[in-house]
Amino acid sequence: MMNRFERQVKLPGIGREGQQKLQQAKVLVIGAGGLGCPALLYLAAAGVGTLGIVDGDIVDASNLNRQILFGANDVGKPKTACAAAMLRKKYPDVHLISYSFYLRAENITEVLQDFDIVLDGSDNFETRYLVNDACMLMEKPFVMGAIYQFEGQIGLFNDRREECTSVQYRDLYPEPPPAGQIPDCNQSGVLGVLPGIIGTLQATEVIKYICDLDKPKSPTLLIYNMLKQQFYHLEITPNPENSIKLPANKEALKNTDYSVICGAGTEEISWEYALDIAKKSMGKTALVDVREYGELPELQNPNCIKLPLSNLESQVKELQNLQNLIIFCQSGIRSQKAYKRLREIYPYKTILSIKGGINAAASTKIFKDNA
Amino acid sequence: MEKNRIKILAFGQLTDHVASSGFEMDFVQDTDTLKERLYENYPGLKNLHFSIAVDKKIVNSNTHLAAGCEIALLPPFSGG
Repeated sequence: MMNRFERQVKLPGIGREGQQKLQQAKVLVIGAGGLGCPALLYLAAAGVGTLGIVDGDIVDASNLNRQILFGANDVGKPKTACAAAMLRKKYPDVHLISYSFYLRAENITEVLQDFDIVLDGSDNFETRYLVNDACMLMEKPFVMGAIYQFEGQIGLFNDRREECTSVQYRDLYPEPPPAGQIPDCNQSGVLGVLPGIIGTLQATEVIKYICDLDKPKSPTLLIYNMLKQQFYHLEITPNPENSIKLPANKEALKNTDYSVICGAGTEEISWEYALDIAKKSMGKTALVDVREYGELPELQNPNCIKLPLSNLESQVKELQNLQNLIIFCQSGIRSQKAYKRLREIYPYKTILSIKGGINAAASTKIFKDNA
Repeated sequence: MEKNRIKILAFGQLTDHVASSGFEMDFVQDTDTLKERLYENYPGLKNLHFSIAVDKKIVNSNTHLAAGCEIALLPPFSGG
């Protein structure tokens, strides 16, 4: 049995004792995506005894450049099931627990309670702040990883071991950015090796934590630049003021609406940004005109879909295959109503509203270019 | 680098809004003044969310700067 781990057991600081610790460890991986896939592979390969995988998504062909647990045959299937099947085949000695849903304020504490450490490979701020808050409340350490184009960030948070300083993600970013401001991988693009590297670094931190290898002197955010092949280390200092921002207890956490905290009520963007997104992710993005038929001027844009607010319920299915919905109306009021309803219908799509509607566009050069 | 200058490093999408990912500026006394100066020179930064590190330490409030210091402008990333 131990043959599979012979090479790492030889290492100073791991040994049989470290291997035992790995075997007894329970690690929750949030998101079986670009970060989660390589992290899961290395954690399972290292012999982590229990691995939890949370993801409510299904495999899409566009995932395959980086989500290396999946292949062409998995397209259309749930990510957790595919990931677990692959890992079971390779490493039958690892106990895998699949959670085929998205983490929410209502379900996170129940999922977290059975694990020792969390690897956050999520792809949105709602989940990042939810994971931070829940882990802080439940005293679970977590390793955050995130990417943007050719750069990645990773950090170990809430490290409560002796001689270590516990910091939270809010010590780095006290509040979430306005929604829609920070593009995700769908919008900004991603080369598979970057989440491969960052996810592997996250797994490294988890393994080091479990085996108690080289405790960090101070909490660090590591930034990696793939083009320059450079690492940049930053020290994070705990700020008690940020603790006030956490929900007081599990009950308060359950009642927190993270979509609101993360600006879901105010996801307003400019025309410049809207047209840029539409251009960059053409085919996946629609500029949704929620004005009634006949309202002028019309927006002449190939990505524009007419969906009057009064017909929203009956026509909404026209949007189901799109990833990004950018709503506009005449002045920006109706689009907020439409926004609220579309958020309920499509909780996992990126939904944005254009500030000031057509009125805001009419005075800009952009509108003239498109009219 | 001259003594009365500071070095600025921009990360992530902030690099689209400044001169380059690494550049120098005239010395300013603290991080609040630095932000003002950056907003004047690079208005695109105004609407963006980012944290500041001074000599590789994240700062939570207005912080005095020393000549020759290195500033990092750090937007959050969400991709995974």
